[in-house]
Amino acid sequence: MALRDELGPYFGEYGGRFVPESLIAALDELSAAYELAKLDPSFQAELADLHRTYTGRPSIITEVPRFAVHAGGARIILKREDLNHTGSHKINNVLGQALLAKRLGKTRIIAETGAGQHGVASATAAALFGLECVVYMGEVDTVRQALNVARMRLLGATVIPVTTGSKTLKDAINEALRDWVTNVDNTHYLLGTVAGPHPFPSMVRDFHKIIGEEAREQVLALTGQLPTAVAACVGGGSNAIGIFHAFLDDPEVALYGFEAAGRGVDTPEHAATLTMGRPGVLHGARSYMLQDEDGQTVESHSISAGLDYPGVGPEHSWLKDLGRAHYRPITDVEAMDALRLLSRTEGIIPAIETAHGLAGALQLGKELGPEAIILVNNSGRGDKDMETAAKYFGILDGVEQ
Amino acid sequence: MSSKVEAQLDKGKALIGYLPIGFPNFEESVEAAVALVESGVDILELGVPYSDPVMDGLVIQEATQIALAQGFKLPQAIEAVRQITERVSAPVLLMTYFNPVIQYGVDKFAADLAAAGGAGLITPDLIPDEAAEWIAASEKYDLDRVFLAAPSSTDERLRQSVELSRGFVYAVSTMGITGARADVDVAAQTLVERLRAVGAEYVGVGVGISTGEQVAEVLSYGDGAIVGSALVKSLNDGGVAAVALTAQGLAHGKPSAS
Ligand SMILES: Cc1ncc(COP(=O)(O)O)c(C=O)c1O
Repeated sequence: MALRDELGPYFGEYGGRFVPESLIAALDELSAAYELAKLDPSFQAELADLHRTYTGRPSIITEVPRFAVHAGGARIILKREDLNHTGSHKINNVLGQALLAKRLGKTRIIAETGAGQHGVASATAAALFGLECVVYMGEVDTVRQALNVARMRLLGATVIPVTTGSKTLKDAINEALRDWVTNVDNTHYLLGTVAGPHPFPSMVRDFHKIIGEEAREQVLALTGQLPTAVAACVGGGSNAIGIFHAFLDDPEVALYGFEAAGRGVDTPEHAATLTMGRPGVLHGARSYMLQDEDGQTVESHSISAGLDYPGVGPEHSWLKDLGRAHYRPITDVEAMDALRLLSRTEGIIPAIETAHGLAGALQLGKELGPEAIILVNNSGRGDKDMETAAKYFGILDGVEQ
Repeated sequence: MSSKVEAQLDKGKALIGYLPIGFPNFEESVEAAVALVESGVDILELGVPYSDPVMDGLVIQEATQIALAQGFKLPQAIEAVRQITERVSAPVLLMTYFNPVIQYGVDKFAADLAAAGGAGLITPDLIPDEAAEWIAASEKYDLDRVFLAAPSSTDERLRQSVELSRGFVYAVSTMGITGARADVDVAAQTLVERLRAVGAEYVGVGVGISTGEQVAEVLSYGDGAIVGSALVKSLNDGGVAAVALTAQGLAHGKPSAS
């Protein structure tokens, strides 16, 4: 079977549904609605129309030669998901799920968010479709992504800061699950990445696979060949699986996911789930995760709120074990250097999440040599990160450190 | 093969009391559990503190976070069961999210729990569909296995929960998480009736039950009434003496006491 055809609920030994029984009816209902929608030309047409007239798809590709000088001369091509409406890849999944929520007759959507990009995209879709929207966001993240909190509120969403546990993305997902258990009758949980119980990992992947499908054609048209390597940052793993998926059955294309190494994988302060974790159950699925010997989830750290998550989607765990994709850690410092480099060489300010994939591409270029063509998912734009970046680089008062 | 919990339920309708292990500290959590039994609780449900308790409301979340912050380690769950079963004869179930069991080793956890005198497990985030390893281990070590049933479950799923549970099937009284509520949801009785219709012999009803009156109401149709947050709150506010008093008040809801 082609790797691309894996539908879940299991990816090898990963995936499944480790959730309270109260949620099973809703997951079954969602699975059934999604299976119907997949085969329904009117659903696909409606989604394609939104992509074209609202999101701005297809997103373009941009070759970045001045940046690539720093990558051993390899050709680097960015897939510009940052140019989507709302500023990241997250909108692809949100529009798909919001359409499904409407079909299911749900009047309320809830979402978790780390960087705030998924929350903004969800609030946007809720405004577009006239749905009530509640976004759970770790209190720590509401501070470091304050601009996105304001965007969500302006769009009419209620943002609830989560003060339990590590007060980041993991705890926001817990709160969203608790809300869903309680309000499942009228509420759809619009999960923002390829984690969680079935059908989320395969459904969210399907909504994002358009990234790789477009990029595969675009790179072929530009270069006459497939890329040597495809690179993306990995938090929960949605932008990475989105760009990987079209290439899964092209064995000559190497796939690389770059996780957040925070202050370094030799310190406790990282979010390098696939590099440093081991299999376990978190948020409804079996997958790699960061945990102690007792199976308690360990708090992650990353300068990037969107990668600050101790779990990862089950399909990535499967691809890692198969050896089909490779996962590497990128530190805060490496990511911020790449963020500044792309800004200065190409005039494109990426999100800090995205910068992890860019830093990875710089490494890959040096390893693969000047003949290599590296496709990078430029998953989001950096506007939301200006405060963090300004502080990090000490440029708030105009003096660079 | 015999179920400790079913043997207890055969004696009469039961008050089932929940407390987390390690809150406010290990020793006091053991004392509080013993005090519950001495105050009329028939079956103990000891919560294993977990970092991501998605079925729990704030009261239990806060208590288990304190237990974890104080350094709770998984072997202490087995140790608590051992110490409590040495002192009281009530069956002791552990209520645990499943990842700690997986990491400990499902077979080893079952073996150690059985050796400590434990009755079995309540598994809030493990549905029967994913439970093959636990079902095998619980059979091997003669342990009870409590799966959940929800108002939203189809009849087919209720039947599966009933068939694969041993001890009792846990009827979640309302669509929601743990925490006290003013009224028992009417959904509870409907759910118990549906469970009976698919063959349930023993049904425990939990989530949102916090007073003696509610215990009485639930026991008019269920076999066990499960109380958690109300006990945890008493223990937090007034220590072992207070939680014993609360348990006595709840026990007044049992038919034998009225
Ligand atoms: C721009 C951007 N890229 C990547 C991520 C990480 O998520 P994922 O790994 O699901 O793509 C986020 C999450 O917030 C994001 O905002």
